[in-house]
Amino acid sequence: MDEIKCECGHLNPYGTEVCGSCGKPLVNSGSDRLLNMRYEGAARRSQTYNKSIIDKIWNFFSSVKVGVTIIVITLLASSLGTLFPQEMFIPPGADPATFYAEEHGALGQVYYSLGLHNLYGSWWYMLLVAALGTSIIIASIDRFFPLYKALKSQRVTRHKSFMKRQRIFGTSRVDNEDTTMAQAQDILKNKRYNVREENGNLLAEKNRWARWGPYVNHIGLIIFLIGASLRFFPGMYLDENVWVREGETVVVPGTSGDYYLENEQFTEEHYDEDDERYEAAMAEAGEGAQFEETFRTDAVLYAPDEEATVGVDQELEEIDRHGIEVNDAFHFDEYAVYQVDRKLDELAEMTFDVEDTETGEVVDSFTVDLNNPDGNYTLENDEVVRIHSYFPNFYIDEEGVPTTESDVPENPAFIFEMENENTGQMEHTFLGIQANYDVSQDEEGNQYAFSMSDFDTNHVAGLTVRKDHTIPFLIAGGGIFLIGLTQGSYWAHRRIWLQRKDGEVWIAAHTNKNWEALKRDIHAITEQTQVTTPQDQTDETHEEDENQQEHIQS
Amino acid sequence: MEQLSMNLLGAAFFLYLASTIFYAVSVTGRKWRNKQGEVTGNRWGKAGYITAILGVVAALGYFFTRWAVAGHAPVSNMFEYVAFFGITISLAFVIIYGIYRVNVLGLITMPIVMLLIAYGSVFSTEVQPLQPSLQSHWLEIHVITTAIGQGILAVSFGAGLIYLLRTINLKEKGMTKRTFGVEFIMYTLVSVIAFIIVTNAFGAFDYEANFAYINEEGQQAEILYELPPLFGPNEGELLTEDRMEPWLEMPDWIESDDLNTVAWTFGTGLILYALIRLLTRRRVGALLQPLFKNVRPQTVDEVSYRAIAIGFPVFTLGGLVFAMIYAQIAWTRFWGWDPKEVWALVTFLFYAVYLHLRLNRDWHGEPSAWLAVVGFAIIIFNLIFVNLVIAGLHSYA
Repeated sequence: MDEIKCECGHLNPYGTEVCGSCGKPLVNSGSDRLLNMRYEGAARRSQTYNKSIIDKIWNFFSSVKVGVTIIVITLLASSLGTLFPQEMFIPPGADPATFYAEEHGALGQVYYSLGLHNLYGSWWYMLLVAALGTSIIIASIDRFFPLYKALKSQRVTRHKSFMKRQRIFGTSRVDNEDTTMAQAQDILKNKRYNVREENGNLLAEKNRWARWGPYVNHIGLIIFLIGASLRFFPGMYLDENVWVREGETVVVPGTSGDYYLENEQFTEEHYDEDDERYEAAMAEAGEGAQFEETFRTDAVLYAPDEEATVGVDQELEEIDRHGIEVNDAFHFDEYAVYQVDRKLDELAEMTFDVEDTETGEVVDSFTVDLNNPDGNYTLENDEVVRIHSYFPNFYIDEEGVPTTESDVPENPAFIFEMENENTGQMEHTFLGIQANYDVSQDEEGNQYAFSMSDFDTNHVAGLTVRKDHTIPFLIAGGGIFLIGLTQGSYWAHRRIWLQRKDGEVWIAAHTNKNWEALKRDIHAITEQTQVTTPQDQTDETHEEDENQQEHIQS
Repeated sequence: MEQLSMNLLGAAFFLYLASTIFYAVSVTGRKWRNKQGEVTGNRWGKAGYITAILGVVAALGYFFTRWAVAGHAPVSNMFEYVAFFGITISLAFVIIYGIYRVNVLGLITMPIVMLLIAYGSVFSTEVQPLQPSLQSHWLEIHVITTAIGQGILAVSFGAGLIYLLRTINLKEKGMTKRTFGVEFIMYTLVSVIAFIIVTNAFGAFDYEANFAYINEEGQQAEILYELPPLFGPNEGELLTEDRMEPWLEMPDWIESDDLNTVAWTFGTGLILYALIRLLTRRRVGALLQPLFKNVRPQTVDEVSYRAIAIGFPVFTLGGLVFAMIYAQIAWTRFWGWDPKEVWALVTFLFYAVYLHLRLNRDWHGEPSAWLAVVGFAIIIFNLIFVNLVIAGLHSYA
């Protein structure tokens, strides 16, 4: 396509609406409507070509209207996801297929059927975000380069119709053009305008860099979105939960055996009931209300001793220790371990007395580690108690068979086995919490009777292990976004043109925002020089009544 | 100290009231002329501005003395947050009035501040101990920055509302979308007043109705109503004598006592609104309209836009960036789609839409004003509804 040569001699790319140098309107030059100053009337690819399929895609995504529509759809979709809890927030163990219908009725069923219970991870939500990213990239490229070139090549002296078709425009007769221009120049320089002079005409410009704000913040957003999508690459991200009992050492999940963590002690602290500051609040909450102050896991970090031979019992070497609290994670290598949950007073040990029913004497007692029971226990009289069955979390299933729900000793039950001295038969005793039955096959009663004499508990810490290599990208993206946002929001690009034309001084002004503030800058000129107040050509009724003056100027 | 702190908040409330009155006089009062006979406006606007600044000073006095007493910034429960939100609006007003000097802005902003402080005071005002996840300086950094951002954005609502009241003809017969919209805003504001009256009235008589009910975990629990129960809890059984039986029973996933309060608010709001309409035979907006007749629409349009341009980056910094940093430290992940997080994102996206639409001149003026109103509605929704009604990590008070 041909370039357009303006009468001022400047060569403009095809599609330009306003000459980049002198500002002469190149299309609709006869019109007297206000000039469209968006992107300085420079040629944008999207406004110029519309033939190939690439042009069409480009034009689609470069449109602000399309971009806004994508944001609005994302906004509506996001808010829809909070109507009912997302799948990750429903109680653990609940089946989403029935949960939503039971809890939220027919609407809940629809919600589940449409997949809205997992909205933020759905393919279409991701697609929306991807479309948003595409729109941001294309719309920015489409506008930035033409705008940059146009602002760089702008001349001081502007074409007559450029001046006339600015929103703020006025002409004034003055006694001496030279003095007026000199005065205006000083005033504008005092207001920190960058003033350029050419053939006795002035261009006062300030904060052009604010125009780059949107492009900078869009770059930040793109980096942020790329960073967020990196999570789906293997090795970038880790999120594991682990329960560690006091005294227990576990391999840190996700570290492939490189690290072990011991829970030395778990502490839960409550606010002091006598604390004067909170007395009233605690009284209001009533008796029994808990005000937790601290959850802490005193953790020790180990790594396998590399020099030791690789075998079943690897030697562990202490590397570090840290009191893990909420808001104070344990950082090591590329990992961080967080305090997230706790289970207090879980059963840890049970001690049983064994009584010989024939003599009525307690023969001995033995202690079972509920998390790691031994197979059998030898008593003082050399008799042996064997654990026939152990149910850490006992219940009787639908078929009437005793079984366990989990490995967690929440409701432990045992079947102990011992030899009856008289008959030589094996006798069995079932022992659980508030349960103690003779379950031997024979008719006779058992020789040995068991009873629980003591128990011990400990606390269990719920920890989360994290690794996230996407964070540096998010920090960079977020930081750049904020810089760009500030740049574009807190400064406004303002330009004021003052020109000598036919014995008059012409004034025109443009800003991308905050016109009232621009008018105040101009007001300083009109007040101190002979230049008269220019009109705001968007005021349909150029009322000059008292009230308006008061509000503009006070 | 705690008493001093609350007294300072009370003082701030009355200073805001004084400021409202001064601004009202400045708008309705006679114009003063100087010796040359030119209109110079009157000085009441300046008096309003000074009392507003004094109000902010007193309010900050409340804020920092309470901080000293509690050992943490008072932004950790509903009363503290709502009151602080009101204070940040007054702070934002003081800044923006400094730029534009529009008296009617004070006339509309100061009452909003007072409403928020009064609304916040309905909740428990006791100093509460912080649960472990809230014990972080990031809590203070995140919440204070967010509140300041929202305060500035709220000023855009004030300016937008002035624009609507100034430009929309509220005397025309028959309802249009625009008159309905304005009246709906008026009705909502009346409802807030109704809520404050109703809770204080029943509070004065120590009204309580206790229920035994089955909560969302399927367990037996008790729930205390401080307003007569229109909506009862799931399988609720009244424990207090001589109290009305609820009209309707709610399922367990609804916070029935809060829903009940919402029903009372909008119900009595409707009665109050209807009374005003019946007695004056005019739209509520039309009653206020004369106050704004001297406003220059372009100026308030720009104030509204400017407030969003200033407030949006602050809100983003506090409500998203600091929020993510804090969430990474306290909850192990910077983002977890908690309802409050989602609604902060929705707020961000909404104002992003506003700023992009604003590129087009057709959206200046009235459409912008409506958007500013909707933006504020989203903020309030996130503050009140998401905290109180939708259960999540941010539920407190």
